[in-house]
Amino acid sequence: MHGTRTLQEADRLMTVCNSCRYCEGLCAVFPAMEMRRAFSDGDLNYLANLCHSCGACYTDCQFSPPHEFNVNVPKTLAVARAESYAAYAWPRAFSGAFARNGLVISLIAALSVAAFIFGFAALNDRGVLTGSHTGPGAFYKLMPHNAMALLFGAALLYAILALAMGVWAFWRDIGEPVGRTTNAKSLLQAVRDAGELRYLDGGGVGCFNEDDHPTDRRKLYHHFTFYGFLLCFAATCVGTLYHYLLAREAPYAWWDLPVVLGTLGGIGLVVGPIGLLSEKWKRDRVLVDEQSMGMDTAFILMLFLTSITGLALLLWRESAAMGPLLALHLGVVFALFITMPYGKFVHGIYRFVALVRYARERQMMAE
Amino acid sequence: MVDLTRRFDVLVIGGGNAALCAAISARRAGASVLVLEGAPKFYRGGNTRHTRNMRCAHDAATEILTGPYTEEEFWKDLLLVTGGQTDEELARFMIHESKDILNWIVEQGVRWQPSLGGTLSLGRTNSFFLGGGRAMLNALYRTAEELGVDILYDAEVIDLNIEHGMFLSAQLKQPVGGRTEVRASTLVAAAGGFEANIEWLKQYWGEAADNFLIRGTPYNRGAILKMLLAKGVQEIGDPTQCHAVAIDARAPKFDGGIITRHDSVVFGIVVNKHAERFYDEGEDIWPKRYAIWGRLVAAQPDQIAYIIFDSTVVTSFMPTLFPPIAGATLAELAGKLELDAAALEKTIADFNAAVQPGTFDHTILDDCRTEGITPAKTHWARRIETPPYLAYPVRPGITFTYLGTRVNKQSRMLMKDGKPSANMFAAGEIMAGNVLGKGYAAGIGMTIGSVFGRVAGREAAKNARN
Repeated sequence: MHGTRTLQEADRLMTVCNSCRYCEGLCAVFPAMEMRRAFSDGDLNYLANLCHSCGACYTDCQFSPPHEFNVNVPKTLAVARAESYAAYAWPRAFSGAFARNGLVISLIAALSVAAFIFGFAALNDRGVLTGSHTGPGAFYKLMPHNAMALLFGAALLYAILALAMGVWAFWRDIGEPVGRTTNAKSLLQAVRDAGELRYLDGGGVGCFNEDDHPTDRRKLYHHFTFYGFLLCFAATCVGTLYHYLLAREAPYAWWDLPVVLGTLGGIGLVVGPIGLLSEKWKRDRVLVDEQSMGMDTAFILMLFLTSITGLALLLWRESAAMGPLLALHLGVVFALFITMPYGKFVHGIYRFVALVRYARERQMMAE
Repeated sequence: MVDLTRRFDVLVIGGGNAALCAAISARRAGASVLVLEGAPKFYRGGNTRHTRNMRCAHDAATEILTGPYTEEEFWKDLLLVTGGQTDEELARFMIHESKDILNWIVEQGVRWQPSLGGTLSLGRTNSFFLGGGRAMLNALYRTAEELGVDILYDAEVIDLNIEHGMFLSAQLKQPVGGRTEVRASTLVAAAGGFEANIEWLKQYWGEAADNFLIRGTPYNRGAILKMLLAKGVQEIGDPTQCHAVAIDARAPKFDGGIITRHDSVVFGIVVNKHAERFYDEGEDIWPKRYAIWGRLVAAQPDQIAYIIFDSTVVTSFMPTLFPPIAGATLAELAGKLELDAAALEKTIADFNAAVQPGTFDHTILDDCRTEGITPAKTHWARRIETPPYLAYPVRPGITFTYLGTRVNKQSRMLMKDGKPSANMFAAGEIMAGNVLGKGYAAGIGMTIGSVFGRVAGREAAKNARN
């Protein structure tokens, strides 16, 4: 018996699949399944997070609905995956944030933006907020750099702590029988598999989304999003280093590294999320976990808002709109940071951990 | 919408591997093609849905095949499994053509993968479809659609208009749209056998056929085969025979596919409803013997049997869809199986007493055997004595039938008088009996389908042009 009905169903499906195995060439889920004859809750959560939802096993399955065996692995694992995020959330009191995630995230984002606007207005006189500022240190007329660094540093540290606690719980739960050890080789393998989205390709033909014609669009848009995010993050890091090591203050010229990285990343974070959203809307409902639509959409929109507000700030930073735009951008980014452990962002972390575990399992099988 | 008022160059009846290979090759040869699949879209493809590999000859190892499999070796394997019941000329032709199919089928969008876990013995001879038979079908359908082949589902053909061995038209019946006469210059019949037609099976098996389970879809009813044979096409293959394996008695009546099979016979004993053994469970290695157990069980009272083993062997075979039925004692197990407890205890006690010492190795014909009981278990015999005692109930699971239409190397049907039909071709299971008079070798059904499908399509297109 399992803790939830979803895991009960996942167990039923894995039992069906383990007696068939036709899909073992499609992705990592089925080879991982074949290493087991029975499935604990942790095993099922591991398989759920290993699944990239490419949909191939549904289209290829001779037992998918309307067959009476009713095999729908992508959807069942999607539901299990979403439930696992809540189950491993830290602190436990916040796991409810996953249930109505779209609402939670939009409320926090709105409050956060409002707080920055209110804060700027309260701490500065009106002339500063709506005036135009140029040259090094222009942003910090609205909010001192140290205050900004402290606030965002704290938000980021909290997010990292909460994520680490969740990952630890997940790792412990899926750790048997390999134990909690891993090694550099499996980490490296997982980095490669995640970086290439190796398992988001239906075994080589592409993803199945709205019909049975495979395409690489979801993979492409995800690459735009993920690498866009990384570039933006890199821009922030370089900016911080400039500030503290070189004493060079933002805003930087358009050709300077933080701006170049941020602009490229921002473009990725516009194209990627728009593409992902449109793919999501087109997606065959039979593959979709409807319960998670709010969470997925909220995260994609937050990424989109981050990049759009950032790019807007870049374009109009020398105008009187700079103050409100800065508040908007900082508000969105702050909300993104503090909600990271309680939304779709965690999918990347848990899936990466599952890939590490899978790489290790494969190694141990080969040894 | 498909325009059914036009006259097609090639009409393909059926929707599996053979039908689609025929449709694609005819279309590539320039013909207009209509495919009539009797099943709804989800169940399209007949037995191809449940397949996973194809046996093709090749002279060297490939990315996915571990070594060469020459035409001669393929021929010897075919000779062995059919006991010589094969048309040598056709069979050698098929084997030769199979070499090129390895590439041709990839050009039609199908993808290969190395042999699946648990099928290592096929790694050299058989190429596996990435994602299995339905993935293969999906690829063929996509290619056919892109090429402009017209395809109708739920398209039941209720009559064929044939005069003097010449196809004129087919009567189509659709759930919406009713009856339509479909005209075409040539016909490719690729509509499979009659394994899902219980009434037809009863002609040879009597009431026992009511207890058969059908491994494929309920749509393999043999209607087209019956019409062709009634209209002068020469038949081939033993009508009374079918390929049958022992599958779990809890499987659905139709379409349980491969996952209801059991590979545990060699690890235990098999008893009938009187709790008596009836055949040597250790006669030969399992891949060579699994296909006789359907018939063996069919011959037992009520067509039911039970594979019985103990807890020491549960991880020796593939995990099963249905869990084994367990009992802490043999009496408890017998109760759950509704067998006579005393009879089961006696059968197992006799068997255990007859087991000789030996060294167990399921990969070879080992020396673990019984002495002094009938039937003997000649290999892999070990005592059943460690509770819990476990059992799988099994029934005959029918895979396909052997009766078919006679064809020549053009895949052209031959009429009862021996003359080739003017414009009728057949491919796949409906003509498999030409090559496979009895027995089976893994993946050969798909070879027959792809090779003769491709030939039938090409020849039909050529025929339509002339």
